[in-house]
Amino acid sequence: MRRAAETVALHAALAAGAALTLVPLVWMVSASFMPAGEASALPPRWLPSAPTLEHYRALFTRLDLARHLANSALLASAVTLIALATNSMAGYAFAKLRFAGRDRLFRLLLAALVIPAQVAMLPLFLLLRELGCINTYWAVVIPGMASIFGIFLFRQHALAIPDAVLDAARIDGAGEFRIYRTLVLFLSAPILVTLGVFTFMGTWNDFMWPLIVLADQRLYTLPVALANLAGEHVQDTELMMAGAVLTVLPVTLLFVCLQRYYLAGIMAGGVKE
Amino acid sequence: MRRINPAWGFLAPALLVIAVFFFLPVAASLLLSFTDFDVYAVADPHSLRLVGLANYIHLLHEPRFWTALGNTFYFVLVGGPLSVAVSLGAALLLDARLTRLKGFFRTVFFLPVVTTLVAVAVVWRYLYHPRYGLLNHLLALAGLGPVDWLGDPRWAMPAIILLAVWKNFGFNMIIFVAGLQSIPERLYEAARMDGAGAWQQLRHVTLPMLAPTFLFVAIITMIGYFQLFAEPYVMTQGGPANRTLSIVLLMYEEGFRWWSMGHAAAIAFVLFAIILGLTLLQLRLRPLQGRA
Repeated sequence: MRRAAETVALHAALAAGAALTLVPLVWMVSASFMPAGEASALPPRWLPSAPTLEHYRALFTRLDLARHLANSALLASAVTLIALATNSMAGYAFAKLRFAGRDRLFRLLLAALVIPAQVAMLPLFLLLRELGCINTYWAVVIPGMASIFGIFLFRQHALAIPDAVLDAARIDGAGEFRIYRTLVLFLSAPILVTLGVFTFMGTWNDFMWPLIVLADQRLYTLPVALANLAGEHVQDTELMMAGAVLTVLPVTLLFVCLQRYYLAGIMAGGVKE
Repeated sequence: MRRINPAWGFLAPALLVIAVFFFLPVAASLLLSFTDFDVYAVADPHSLRLVGLANYIHLLHEPRFWTALGNTFYFVLVGGPLSVAVSLGAALLLDARLTRLKGFFRTVFFLPVVTTLVAVAVVWRYLYHPRYGLLNHLLALAGLGPVDWLGDPRWAMPAIILLAVWKNFGFNMIIFVAGLQSIPERLYEAARMDGAGAWQQLRHVTLPMLAPTFLFVAIITMIGYFQLFAEPYVMTQGGPANRTLSIVLLMYEEGFRWWSMGHAAAIAFVLFAIILGLTLLQLRLRPLQGRA
């Protein structure tokens, strides 16, 4: 009896929490299908009276959002592919190869995790300007090409690869790079997915850096374009909601499909410290 | 001839990128904070002069800096603990033995974390609308309000904190769930044999065993919350009356709107010093936590 009451109370709390969590997102989706002006009706409406795709159509025709969608997809994919290569190589070296100063260097990198990215932004901007990269895709890609967190995550995983497996390959005459390319990457598929999802989402969602280095509107990523639109179209609630849905949808789908890997990555980073 | 250790071949790409595009700029930023780098130096670097600590002294006399510092501490000290508390509560509910549909609730609670901050800030700006917003509508049903969330200087920061808690609690929740699952079941069995109720088990088994997780969560939350930027940029532009102006927003305006990079670099280093100091402080407090 008491157990039943507990179960009911527990699930009531969970359901209430889930409802509170979902309301903003559900309203965003619902409002994006409302005819213009309906999201500002009194009393507020939860569902569109006559669902319409006009705002999505406006985003793709009048406001050229497809271009920003493509920018975001291109930049996030490029950063992800490059960072996966560099971080996995370095992470593997820190986990399994011997070289002078390995542990000290690794500790130095970990300590640098407390440095907020903003500290580097001003000189980084000047440096990239000297290189002629400001206002090009490179300004977003270059700083993302490797990350300390990515190296750390891959190393934690690679530590678990048995040395015997690597030594056996060496005895068979395989070169170090071939061992990495065929054996290590093969054994690390799950962590590569984790790291890939992390990097992709981080780049997709990033706002401050693209805002700083991309001045040409045509190069804007989705978040920058959306923030820009939000300033110009304050009154067009439904249009803005459609824009928000488009920005959020790709990463949300990615998460829902790959959440097992994504959540495992957070736990690996959190528990092992 | 000595062969170069092949390990360096593996390390070179990542370390080169991190050295040139992170460590070098960080060091240069410190130098920059001792110069009068401004809009003229952007055009002609030769007009640059060393000015010692002048930028830091300037900050001490700059009311907007103190406002931004105060606002940021408000956000970190109120929003951070609130965020951690909600995360822990959600984790305890999620990890309870009687809970069904764990996977479903976990996904729902985590959803805001993966969404794009700028997009949800745009959404919340409308939820906060004083006349048409859902939040005031719900408050009115309870006989409260209306509150001009983003227009009232007293409510703007609480509104941003509420958004941040909603957006972020799922992340720490996952870390807490992992921490909870690593607590050995026999500790609870022993506590129950000693007659401990649910509350005492939480107080004397769960919370002490979660101490290392707490430390980790506290540090990453603090570091993240000190970097408040996109929420005020999108929702309030630092207003009303500078009440949501954050340190990073001030740095952005000084550095990239007015090109006073010397000032901006000094602001960035103050932020760094605060984060470093408070991180070391929390690490120092760890032994005390472990013994409690």
